[in-house]
Amino acid sequence: MHEPLHYSDDEIRGVLRDVRVIAMVGASPKWNRPSHFAMKYLQQKGFRVIPVNPANAGEVVLGEKVFARLADVPVQVDMVDVFRNAEAAGPITDEAIAMGARVVWMQLGVVNEAAAERARRAGLRVVMDRCPKIEYGRLFGELGWCGVNTGVITSKRLRSGR
Amino acid sequence: MSEKQPDFGFATRAIHAGARPDATTGARNVPIYQTTSYVFEDADQAASLFNLSTFGFIYSRITNPTVSALEERVASLEGGRAAVAAASGHAAQFLAFFTLLEPGDEFIASRALYGGSITQFVHSFPRIGWKATLVDPGDPENFRRAITARTKAIFVESLANPGGVVVDLEAVAAVAHEAGIPLIVDNTLASPYLCRPFEWGADLIVHSTTKFLSGHGTSMGGVLVESGRFDWARSGKFPSLTQPEPAYHGLNFHETFGDFGFTMKARAVALRDFGPAMAPLNAFLTLTGIETLPLRMDRHVANALEVARFLEVHPRVAWVSYAGLDSSPHRERARKYLPRGAGSVFTFGVKGGYQAGVRLVEACQLFSHLANVGDTRSLVIHPASTTHRQLTDEQRAAAGAGPEVVRLSVGLESLDDLLRDLDRALAATG
Repeated sequence: MHEPLHYSDDEIRGVLRDVRVIAMVGASPKWNRPSHFAMKYLQQKGFRVIPVNPANAGEVVLGEKVFARLADVPVQVDMVDVFRNAEAAGPITDEAIAMGARVVWMQLGVVNEAAAERARRAGLRVVMDRCPKIEYGRLFGELGWCGVNTGVITSKRLRSGR
Repeated sequence: MSEKQPDFGFATRAIHAGARPDATTGARNVPIYQTTSYVFEDADQAASLFNLSTFGFIYSRITNPTVSALEERVASLEGGRAAVAAASGHAAQFLAFFTLLEPGDEFIASRALYGGSITQFVHSFPRIGWKATLVDPGDPENFRRAITARTKAIFVESLANPGGVVVDLEAVAAVAHEAGIPLIVDNTLASPYLCRPFEWGADLIVHSTTKFLSGHGTSMGGVLVESGRFDWARSGKFPSLTQPEPAYHGLNFHETFGDFGFTMKARAVALRDFGPAMAPLNAFLTLTGIETLPLRMDRHVANALEVARFLEVHPRVAWVSYAGLDSSPHRERARKYLPRGAGSVFTFGVKGGYQAGVRLVEACQLFSHLANVGDTRSLVIHPASTTHRQLTDEQRAAAGAGPEVVRLSVGLESLDDLLRDLDRALAATG
């Protein structure tokens, strides 16, 4: 296992506040897959999530049409969320750079430092080895509901919304 | 990427972790959510909650906001990733083993354990197909020698009840990890203020929160904490965590929830299906207790050390087993694993054996004769006639609960009053 990466709460919060449209590469139509969980949760929090998965291209998942490749997505994408392994994350990151995304996010367990460096050099923000669903829940008050140590300590009331 | 943020100190987390002001009302203290159930926003949100694809509350058997605050607080104090609370420490142990074991599986436990745990492991667990092998924890190699292909965990108490035994956590963790299995540590008698098992390699921690965490003898409770660092997938021994789980519609807990997948499964399957949930009021009282844990533990330790020194030179006392004494064979380990003190529960041997032990507990006027530890009040018990009476002579001796043994849980009263009470009670044994 690699060493844990550290991102400040402000950095993650900034990314989640800054993006609206997410292309999720590897999104699954199966309800019990982690990508499906994350997609549905992020939709409920007001994000538009566009599934990208060649195995299901043309199908509709959670109300969104599935595209085969990132390049096929017809709208401006703010963030590319990589639900693929570290090797696949390399070319996906290059496509994200080419399509003008501002953030590349690699899921839990996915770290590709070379791809991340290319993205950072191109001006993108990069998060690796995290899940946007879990981070959203952690920073906006919901993850502690299932006993997770969020690390958030504050005397301020949580304001609803983002 | 940035540098790791500085962590808040232990005393700050004891007061604040898990307890942000209420979003709706601004209530500063954690409200007691005395409710069984929670209204869904709509059918779709209800489905998401049941599928675990969103976070939220369904039914207080599984999650409750007051209990959640306690879970997060204990997880924070232990330096863990997540926690799930239960109705008692025994229930927390059950949740841990039910999440780890299949019928026919085995685990290895230190034989220096709370008598109730030995009974649970040796008598009740075999009836659901789990086998516990007890070993002398003095030599970590004893654990290694007992490992079989079906061994799925090692279980120890950081500071054993009642024997004053301090286990070499780092060495036992190494044995567990070489075998690809987790080390479970019962940290009840030390509390996270005195001992931090995750820092020595433990993977799961269980507590009876009934004891020092709640601290005032008011509330039953338990908690199971996950470090988030055990690699369940690499181990290959825990398919129910790393493969589609039939008990939850084929969900893969490890893949879906990552480093808190164990806790999610303990909650969504074991707690859901067996139902030993903690009551919200008990969670509230335990949260309140934890706020003063650092202050209380310092005083518990200071009083216990003085009581142990007093007993060590008392003519009617045969021996004292307190890891905080220089005479203890566990002193060096205590310095390593319990740097702030060796707790306040320990045993001593009264001269005159079984009858003297019984007479002593009956003669105490300030120490309360009861079966608990970790109260503000000082407590005394004669294990051979009470907590450990269902064990064999051999098991009692192995657990440090022989006929002459008296166990104290030294409370927070004025030290002189405690010494006077014990002196008077010892005089009655002659």
